[in-house]
Amino acid sequence: MTLAFNEEQRTLKDTAREFAKNQSPIEAFRHLRDSTAPEGFSADIWQAMIELGWSGMIFPEAYGGFEFGYMGLAGCMEELGRTLVASPLLSSVVLSGSTILLAGSEEQKQSLLSQIVGGEKRIALACDEGFHHNPTAITTTAVIEGNTFLLNGNKARVIDGLGADLYIVSARTAGKAGDAEGISLLLLDASTPGISVEKTSLVDSRNYARLSFNNVCIPTSHLLGEMHNGFSALDKALDRGRICLAAEMFGGMQEIFERTVQYLKERKQFGVLIGTFQALQHRAAHMYTEIEMCKSILMLALDALEQNTDNASQLISAAKAKISETYELVSNEATQMHGGIGVTDELDIGLFLKRARVSAELLGSAQFHYNRYATLENF
Amino acid sequence: MDYKAFRQEIRAWLEANCPASMRTPATQEEQVWGGRNIKFPNNDAKLWFERCVEKGYCVPDWPTEYGGAGFDGEQTRIFKSEMRKLGCRPPQVNLGIWMSGPAILEFGTEEQKREHLPKIARGEIRWCQGYSEPGAGSDLAGLQTRAVEDGDDFIINGSKIWTSYADESDWIYCLVRTNPDAPKRDGITFLLFDMASAGVEAKPIELITGERHFCQTFFDNVRVPKKNALGVINQGWTVAKRVLEFERNMMSDLGSETGSGVEPREAALHYIGKDSSGAIADPLLRAAIARHEIQKRAFDVTQQRMIDEFTNGAGNMNTALIFKYCGTEEEKRKFELLLKIMGENGLGWRDSQHFSESELNTTIEWMGAKTHTIAGGTSEIQLNIIAKRALGMPGVLS
Repeated sequence: MTLAFNEEQRTLKDTAREFAKNQSPIEAFRHLRDSTAPEGFSADIWQAMIELGWSGMIFPEAYGGFEFGYMGLAGCMEELGRTLVASPLLSSVVLSGSTILLAGSEEQKQSLLSQIVGGEKRIALACDEGFHHNPTAITTTAVIEGNTFLLNGNKARVIDGLGADLYIVSARTAGKAGDAEGISLLLLDASTPGISVEKTSLVDSRNYARLSFNNVCIPTSHLLGEMHNGFSALDKALDRGRICLAAEMFGGMQEIFERTVQYLKERKQFGVLIGTFQALQHRAAHMYTEIEMCKSILMLALDALEQNTDNASQLISAAKAKISETYELVSNEATQMHGGIGVTDELDIGLFLKRARVSAELLGSAQFHYNRYATLENF
Repeated sequence: MDYKAFRQEIRAWLEANCPASMRTPATQEEQVWGGRNIKFPNNDAKLWFERCVEKGYCVPDWPTEYGGAGFDGEQTRIFKSEMRKLGCRPPQVNLGIWMSGPAILEFGTEEQKREHLPKIARGEIRWCQGYSEPGAGSDLAGLQTRAVEDGDDFIINGSKIWTSYADESDWIYCLVRTNPDAPKRDGITFLLFDMASAGVEAKPIELITGERHFCQTFFDNVRVPKKNALGVINQGWTVAKRVLEFERNMMSDLGSETGSGVEPREAALHYIGKDSSGAIADPLLRAAIARHEIQKRAFDVTQQRMIDEFTNGAGNMNTALIFKYCGTEEEKRKFELLLKIMGENGLGWRDSQHFSESELNTTIEWMGAKTHTIAGGTSEIQLNIIAKRALGMPGVLS
């Protein structure tokens, strides 16, 4: 067990920090937000990230990857979280790429993974339906007719769903909503007739879509993994997404915490620095302890994922829950401690506050993960 | 040093020498406190104590000339981990082992080391701590107990409070004011003296737990030789701070090892039960248990994370500042959770007819946990320290 980045991983993390600071600072995110570009990320920045090799870090060399692992990628995600860099790294590479790697046939892996790594194709994972993340509670159906699936239903919160070339859709081929059995994964070309894609605008100004399928025909050869048994690969891929998202959130919370502590040392009221007030000192110190605990559970979960231990899923749920709650605390406190300026659009804190809430909900809220942790721990 | 062979050797010795009945957690009554009036709950405890004393295992990391086993850091870690694996009880409990002994090792003269350390190692002298005063709690450096020079002696007058087991201890390490005119931290001396000295009186204070091991201790013209000062006269604050660190490290462990060992998850299975899906039937408590376990996992690996970070060349000592606060605060939350889970059975008071020993102990520990966020520097003092050292906040009270 190693709960710290090694030298190589730290070097990569430093590169990501420099990249984020110089190539994609928060102003770049503001610019994206205020532009009308539907994809929500900059194609140039994404291309630069691909050239740095980040889109290939988690894949074997056989599929065009570099096998650098999740510790390395998480360090990058953390740094990208500090300047709110928007990119398809989570959606196309981690979520969709992992699903293909875990469920796909050799042919599917050969043809799709190298295109994800190279950025030729962008793939979005469509697995949520209701108000909340709950990947077994799905009612979208796929019925076999001859050598096609007939797909009907709706998907929500498809991350980077606008402009994707392909979707991976989880559909029910047997059983009822809530069952893990009976879920199959299908590869769906975005240009297939019968799909409608609608942008959903969320507070964090990123690319989310609702999809609806009306008698969409998918060749049976586009089944990803086993018929009825898609959930186990999906859940594993979601775990990889959850821990990477948690790492991004961990970066964001540190950024606004550091900015807040700095503000307490600059802002004067009653003739003194507000950082001299014990009411604020204690709240800041408490946040420090919680952030340290987040770091421990994040590293523990990453290590479990890398080592493929039996309890990796529990620990990933633990990390996502802990980090979601702490990011809520830190983003609220950061807003409050900045006073009036804290609720202005001009100050960056608000951008993090919004991202904190959306990312807490994505791939499972703290409540979802407490429940999942308890179920996996058998209590 | 072949640590692998060393581990084998320790394991074999423990297997051969630690009686089976000494491999279960000790209740408070079963702990063996060293001292002039050392008492053993049974013969196994006596045997275990004597075997450890002979090898220096009450204080494994102390030099052999002072009664220890002379282990280096790695050997000590191996020794402790083998003790834990077998569940061996500590052979001797004594503030001298954790607090005054290490302080004497670090600050004492050769004469002081030879006089005091072997007696601690052999369980002959029991120590207590004279720090807080009725008027000096969190503001410890504001202490007023006076020590006035009289020839080769000091004459002590004043009072200490929260001196654990003062009424059963043989010696005290005590903070006294030797210069009332200097700034408050520059006039303090760290003094060692015999509790049997004329003019010392200890009165137990009953706590909410019903226990009476905290005392108020009064000093009425107590005569103590000046050579009993540990470290430099008027510079006792340096020693005092170091001993506080020993205490906080000891208390941080409370989060991971508590006496009765009842965990919320097991308690919930017993007192609440599962629903038809196999989940603990109360969803709010179930989520609270998950939250607690996650917090505990994070806490438990933080030390390991720090070590790994230092090993990989990117450690930060400030991380250690969170241990006392996080460990004791989470312990408090755990017992609040246990009480909610146990219902009436978590609220029994000295009623062994209707409540089990474990239930009554859990209730006592719930109350006892309140003392842990106060003793050894309150949670608020810990937050002050974090604000100052880790965050560099201006104007922190200290």
